[in-house]
Amino acid sequence: MGEAAIKIGRKHKSVFKDKVMELLPNGGNLNACLTCGACASGCPATGLEGMDPRKFLRMAALGMDEEILSSKWAWMCTMCQRCIYVCPMEINIPQLVFHVRKSWPRENKPKGIVGSCDQALKNDTCSAMGATEEDFEFVVNDVLEEYREGQPEFAEMTADINREGAEFVLNQNSREPVTEPDEMVPLWKILHLAGADWTYSSKGFAAENYCLFMAEDPNWEKIVRLKAKAVDDLGAKYWLNTE
Amino acid sequence: MYAQWIREGKLKPSSEWNKERKIKFTVQDPCQLVRKTLGDPVADDLRYVVKAVVGEENFVDMTPNKSNNFCCGGGGGFLQSGFPEARRAYGQTKANQILATKADYCITPCHNCHAQVHDLSDINGHAWQTVHLWTLLCLSLGVLGPKERAYLGDDLVDVDVFHPEMGEE
Repeated sequence: MGEAAIKIGRKHKSVFKDKVMELLPNGGNLNACLTCGACASGCPATGLEGMDPRKFLRMAALGMDEEILSSKWAWMCTMCQRCIYVCPMEINIPQLVFHVRKSWPRENKPKGIVGSCDQALKNDTCSAMGATEEDFEFVVNDVLEEYREGQPEFAEMTADINREGAEFVLNQNSREPVTEPDEMVPLWKILHLAGADWTYSSKGFAAENYCLFMAEDPNWEKIVRLKAKAVDDLGAKYWLNTE
Repeated sequence: MYAQWIREGKLKPSSEWNKERKIKFTVQDPCQLVRKTLGDPVADDLRYVVKAVVGEENFVDMTPNKSNNFCCGGGGGFLQSGFPEARRAYGQTKANQILATKADYCITPCHNCHAQVHDLSDINGHAWQTVHLWTLLCLSLGVLGPKERAYLGDDLVDVDVFHPEMGEE
């Protein structure tokens, strides 16, 4: 409270809002805001950069595209969708945030996210940490062998890679094989004890997709399609993304 | 999925290890899995598994929870975005919710949540441990070895160790 009201001194055209409305069913209801503030009151990003979801939406509605683009807030909203969940009009603010991210020039986007996306595009593994298919296969087989020997109750445990016809293909976040391989083992044990018929795929093994976070449509789609194709090529029924 | 396997009797976890210890656990509902994808039924399944593993009386829910749960701040690329101060300010709401449960452990069945909630604990005086569900499930199945305990605290690191000799280098 107490802050000066935002004055609209010139005519604006709300390009963002119009574009997002074209994308969404019912225009994402972006014109239906009751300004109740349920979104802002339950949003952990409220207050960061002097912004909140209601303000963001209202600024878009008022055509303040430049002001929205110059705020870093779009990178501080996690697009968790709680605002849509509590909104009486189910307004899709996260899609607006996604579109604002998309509108940032690549060179200005957060370097950490860009770097992870670029790494993922380098290899068919889609690993944001740059792990190759050979790296992944080596680590998995090495750890599996150690545990089969060290814990004879699990001598029959498997962690196959690229086995055709399994029921499940399992993804694995790159962090485990790259930095803490022992953390892969508890899940293998659970799958073994449950009698699950599963395999990894060396292509597209990595669960993460930073190109999605940086809102680069062709690249995140490329990654998703590559992973989905790997699952289809192995003839699996289900694609499991891990914890 | 874990819930289905437990119901079918394929997995038989026991919370006996926590009967006397009474270590308290809460859980962070992953936005991606619960609110954005499968809704409250999967959150109920998650609680079914957690209670089977740690004991019903040792589970403390956060408020709000399930589909209404607050994001921890680990999603959407925030961890890699280069705004650590904003990320921690965002996460303090979650940290306060975890602290309010007085739980010793926060279970995070999502990779981003695990990294963020772990970091939030570090800046809140290491008030809780942050653990994957797979770790606790294996503990309750009696098959958690000595090198699979990176995220357990001193209170659990020596409990029911499977093949302890593997930890002796």
